Amino acid sequence: MADQKFQTPAFREYRDNPAIQIGAMSHSQPFIAKPEHNEPLGFPGELVENWEQKAVEKLGDLLDKNRALRVYLDSCVKCGACTDKCHYFLGTGDPKNMPVARQDLLRSLYRRHFTLAGKIFPGLVGAKDMDKEMLDDWYKYFHQCSQCRRCSVFCPYGIDTAEISMAAREIMDHIGVGQKYSNEILAKVHKIGNNLGLPKPALADTLEGLEEDVEEDTGVAVKFPLDVHGADVLLVTPSADFFAEPHVDGLIGYGKVFHQAGINWTVSSYASEAANFAMFIGSYEQMHKVANRIRKAALDLGVKRIVFGECGHAWRVAYSFLNTLAGPWDFLDPKYPVPQHILEVTNGLIKSGGIKLDAQANDDKVLTFHDSCNVARGSRMGDVEGGQFIIPREVIKASVNKFVEMDPQTTCEKTFCCGGGGGLLTDDLMELRVKGALPRMEALKEVIDNHGVTHMAAICAICKSQFTKVMPYYGFSMDMVVSIHQLVSDAIQLGAKEEL
Amino acid sequence: MPAYTVNGTDYEHDEEGYILDVNNWNEDLAKVIAQEEGLNMTEEHWLVVNFLREYYNEYQIAPAVRVLVKAVKKKFGEEKGSNKYLYELFPYGPAKQACKVAGLPKPTGCV
Repeated sequence: MADQKFQTPAFREYRDNPAIQIGAMSHSQPFIAKPEHNEPLGFPGELVENWEQKAVEKLGDLLDKNRALRVYLDSCVKCGACTDKCHYFLGTGDPKNMPVARQDLLRSLYRRHFTLAGKIFPGLVGAKDMDKEMLDDWYKYFHQCSQCRRCSVFCPYGIDTAEISMAAREIMDHIGVGQKYSNEILAKVHKIGNNLGLPKPALADTLEGLEEDVEEDTGVAVKFPLDVHGADVLLVTPSADFFAEPHVDGLIGYGKVFHQAGINWTVSSYASEAANFAMFIGSYEQMHKVANRIRKAALDLGVKRIVFGECGHAWRVAYSFLNTLAGPWDFLDPKYPVPQHILEVTNGLIKSGGIKLDAQANDDKVLTFHDSCNVARGSRMGDVEGGQFIIPREVIKASVNKFVEMDPQTTCEKTFCCGGGGGLLTDDLMELRVKGALPRMEALKEVIDNHGVTHMAAICAICKSQFTKVMPYYGFSMDMVVSIHQLVSDAIQLGAKEEL
Repeated sequence: MPAYTVNGTDYEHDEEGYILDVNNWNEDLAKVIAQEEGLNMTEEHWLVVNFLREYYNEYQIAPAVRVLVKAVKKKFGEEKGSNKYLYELFPYGPAKQACKVAGLPKPTGCV
């Protein structure tokens, strides 16, 4: 299982388009969810009878609820601006990974049933009926979209392929064709409180272990509190931060920042997950349920602020939708944004002198920064336009002396997805993940070769896991990937304030 | 459902080779899973596998990578106490591949 059955793409000498390879990824699809993964979410266990008709009905239902979806399906003029913007197309050459082709998989069904021309002359307007071939294509190619929205930046009409992918996945879930990875995880969140399935005693043990490690390392008793009633801040962070490398070094950084700033904080075992996988499957109902765990935890613990850890899709859901999903948040302290990103907290403290950093602690490193797609294009940070680009860079530059930007065609709002977002960070899609990482790996190689970059920081649990896994395929060491708060953790001056 | 056959007994596993019932695990089965994974089980491999099982029995989840690294460091010394070393033992990732050999469910999420 562990052997590589595919070729890692070669770095391109010039950033030209790949040669078209029809069907190059037609074998790629994630494991299909079993009834035990679908049913806890209220989806049919397996493919229902009359699924062709039910799929059309569900599409009609989504069109009624989401006007943007109808606009996206109506407004494409086939200009081609998106065709070479998707990392999966660039890495695979499969023309169905051109965003317009991916949209057309759903658009053809839309035209057949919801437009006059498609009802009368289907063949003339690319309208098609739902059949097994279409469903198979949907399952394959809507799981080759990481919903990163890079294509939408270049689309003159702003068509958001992510929304179309979400709608298609929602339709598939409703006819019993779910994706195992996302649905299994969502069921775990409902049962245990996080994507990993980390129960409270294990979480408590992990956090205690971190307290011991940090004290041994620094001599300072930094606490990692769990379920503390009356804490000021509820930290909601991806469960990967408790489990995986390099994520946990970021969590240690958050703890040190809170400690040094004297902020009374806690993690909740009930809402021990920031990531909301319901966005990946386009389910409002599930997204609502997962988000409301945070509300319940905040009320039960009586906190005044909610702070999110480094997690891309979580931050999109939090920043853009949390108020609609789980608000109103009138019980929280109105002096702080709801929710607040840990980087906003840290950056504010750096500027106010609430914490002090010694960037020399990271003098062995030359950093670059990978903008995570959902932070870059699905949200904002702080109170100025572009804050989601400015704040992470300010924190890095306060923690490290040597910082280099990658090619501007691959950063900020034009950033490439890591290749594992949107519910694709699963081993059954490894080929896709490796190939989709190509554009980011090329930009990284450039700054390694020309500027001696040694590390790449990221602010998303998926990016960190994905890069750790795929970078060795491109000849890079997995430990080049770091959390921004790992840099903060190394640079922060702990101890009595007057001594610093 | 696919299965590993060990000493005449079938042990069902999922699409990726994780056994379905964690209680069915035994060392002979672990050797067969390791073989399928292309792993040559050394003393260090067994230490990791046994540690995973002990931890799982107590907490119903695999330990964090950091906890595992600490355990290996304690037993085999500073130079082997790293995530990188665990990847040398289990090239497909200490969390996932070692869990498979230890008969534990696969860790899910952004890991």
